[in-house]
Amino acid sequence: MNEILMDKNNLTLGNRLRAFAASFGLPRLIIAAFLLLLFIAAPFVGADFWTQISNTINRFSWNAILVLAMVPMIHSGCGLNFGLPLGIISGLLGATLSIEFGFTGPISFVMAVAIATPIAILLGALYGWLLNKIKGGEMMIATYVGFSSVSFMCMMWLLLPYHSPTMVWGFAGKGLRTTISLEGFYDKVLANFLQVNIGNLSIPTGTLLFFALLAFGMWAFLHTKTGTAMTAVGSNPTFAKAAGVNVDKTRLLSVVLSTWLAAIGILVYEQGFGFIQLYMAPFYMALPAVSAILIGGASVNKATIANVIIGTFLFQGIVTMTPTVMNNMIHMDMSEVIRVVASQGMILYALTRKTEAAK
Amino acid sequence: MKEKNMGKKLLSLLQANSVPVTFVLICAVCIPLSGLSVSYLLNEIVTRMGRNIFLILALLIPIMSGMGLNFGMTLGAMAGEIALIFVSDWQIWGIPGVVLAMILSIPISVLLGAFCGKILNMAKGREMITSYIISFFTNGLYQLVVLYMMGPIIPIKHFSIKLPRGYGIRNTVSLLNMRQCLDNLLAIKVGGVKIPVLTFLIIALLCLFIVWFRRTKLGQDMRAVGQDMNVARDAGINVERTRIISIVMSTVLAGFGMVIYLQNMGNIATYSSHSQIGMFCIAALLVGGASVEKASIGNVFLGVVLFHTMFIVAPKAGAAITGDSMIGEYFRVFVSYAVITVALIMYETKKRKVKSQMAQQLAQEQEAENE
Repeated sequence: MNEILMDKNNLTLGNRLRAFAASFGLPRLIIAAFLLLLFIAAPFVGADFWTQISNTINRFSWNAILVLAMVPMIHSGCGLNFGLPLGIISGLLGATLSIEFGFTGPISFVMAVAIATPIAILLGALYGWLLNKIKGGEMMIATYVGFSSVSFMCMMWLLLPYHSPTMVWGFAGKGLRTTISLEGFYDKVLANFLQVNIGNLSIPTGTLLFFALLAFGMWAFLHTKTGTAMTAVGSNPTFAKAAGVNVDKTRLLSVVLSTWLAAIGILVYEQGFGFIQLYMAPFYMALPAVSAILIGGASVNKATIANVIIGTFLFQGIVTMTPTVMNNMIHMDMSEVIRVVASQGMILYALTRKTEAAK
Repeated sequence: MKEKNMGKKLLSLLQANSVPVTFVLICAVCIPLSGLSVSYLLNEIVTRMGRNIFLILALLIPIMSGMGLNFGMTLGAMAGEIALIFVSDWQIWGIPGVVLAMILSIPISVLLGAFCGKILNMAKGREMITSYIISFFTNGLYQLVVLYMMGPIIPIKHFSIKLPRGYGIRNTVSLLNMRQCLDNLLAIKVGGVKIPVLTFLIIALLCLFIVWFRRTKLGQDMRAVGQDMNVARDAGINVERTRIISIVMSTVLAGFGMVIYLQNMGNIATYSSHSQIGMFCIAALLVGGASVEKASIGNVFLGVVLFHTMFIVAPKAGAAITGDSMIGEYFRVFVSYAVITVALIMYETKKRKVKSQMAQQLAQEQEAENE
């Protein structure tokens, strides 16, 4: 049974390889095939299939918006947003301030979004202004803007006058803790909305709906006049300028949008995860999001909503499946290594494509 | 007229060296606040100079060939670590161990460097972000080799460095028997400050090599490639090959540098020693007044002194100001990143100014015509 399944799988893969390798990209294919193998292998090594699917969907719902945040900047030609931590910081400020002001329950989530939004717009505008000054070198500088802002906020989390006893260190009475539990605040507030439970399968409908809403909004936006202009700026700035589009303003808008989505994204991530993680936690959060959208079929200058959905599912699928399956199969937890090599390899692959003309 | 020029020159000199000047100011404020004694401070700085300069010098060659800051120097550091793991497994200690580790690191560095150079040739114009991602990618491969393959596939005999489960290397590998053996040989004490003469001699040799190398045919080729790849290609230089050689050289030097660094530290943090090394070396170089396209040996020395002074005094000074030592710790990390960010921004704005001058002129003319 096992062998037949594997054979069939290989056969279709072989055909697909020839058909799609050119357009789809070999690394993407390998990753998709790998995930497929993991799903097939899961029941044979004793992992419950539906639990695995639930975990994957769950993690998908946490991360999808962070990946969606990549889309506007790719469209406007700013490249991959390695500066995602800046938006995450805005989200964290919204989350902590909402709790500090004494909001509890679902209202605290709404307030967190409400507080994070102006901060994200302000920081995003500054960041976008900076990126307009350095066209062509966005990705490297974005990385370091992210790092600088995270390490700057490390000092701020200690120095800002937070007092809420659920958040500050117990003995000192000041300085925020590294992880803050969201129990009693907005823990699973979206996930529990219309949650579907069938046997071992559970689907966080609310979170998925929230993502669908934002994704649809993004899709609709990209089809408005401004959205089309953004795509034009990304694919050919000279042409866009000639057509009367304000290139700098459009790019700025895309960066603000990306930063805001990152802020919302981290809030949704937190409500699923159940904890706020501060200090160095946002440091490397851009890399999984970047590799996810690339695995989904995006390139440095082209991305669609479908890329976001496919990519997040594949990436999070591998993240959740490898530890259990590999552990059961060879009694060796190599998931971390596989994840690093696959995701960084994907970014490298995208960076070395010659699709983007030097601007 | 002449005086005006002089004033302008002074201003532009200050502007060009704004980063080192800022650091001198930071250090001037922090040193008295930290309350550390002068002899302690001098001792620390000299130790850190011996430890770090070789690594930072490894960054100079890719800058020369126009490939920017080589974040891929981490690859060399990994090669150095793997070599040291082998040497300590074979129980070869002292100077022979250090020399053997350096020799062993060469093939690994060359291999990794060639791989890095090949990929960077495919990503011209975004070498820095690519080399940065390569360092992460290779870190994954490094873990695969060190955590899983060492033991069953690559023979590791000695139990003291192997994990109890039978394969993989422990989190820390002790180099106690070769700790500071380079530094202590020929070391002299001047007024309570230990000066590792041999290490400095090796560094001096490398400096001489770099000065000599700049004048060779290959060095000239690299500079030509760094100036303009197309012109260099027209002049008959094999651009791709030259770029790969420059990365390979940088990686090999970084491997040597890592061996020197680790013999001074006295142990290897197997999975984290290399992860921050690129960032700190690059930050130190930039603090010394280097930029992405231009760096000299002087920048390296000035940078090490200023950056590491800040590094030593920041936690104490931070504790003195705010009463929390963590603030200082975070402050120095923040400063490292901020320096790199600022340097990158200055480089890109300058590059863009020069590059787009023509285009802007054209656009202006067009706009004028349209009006």
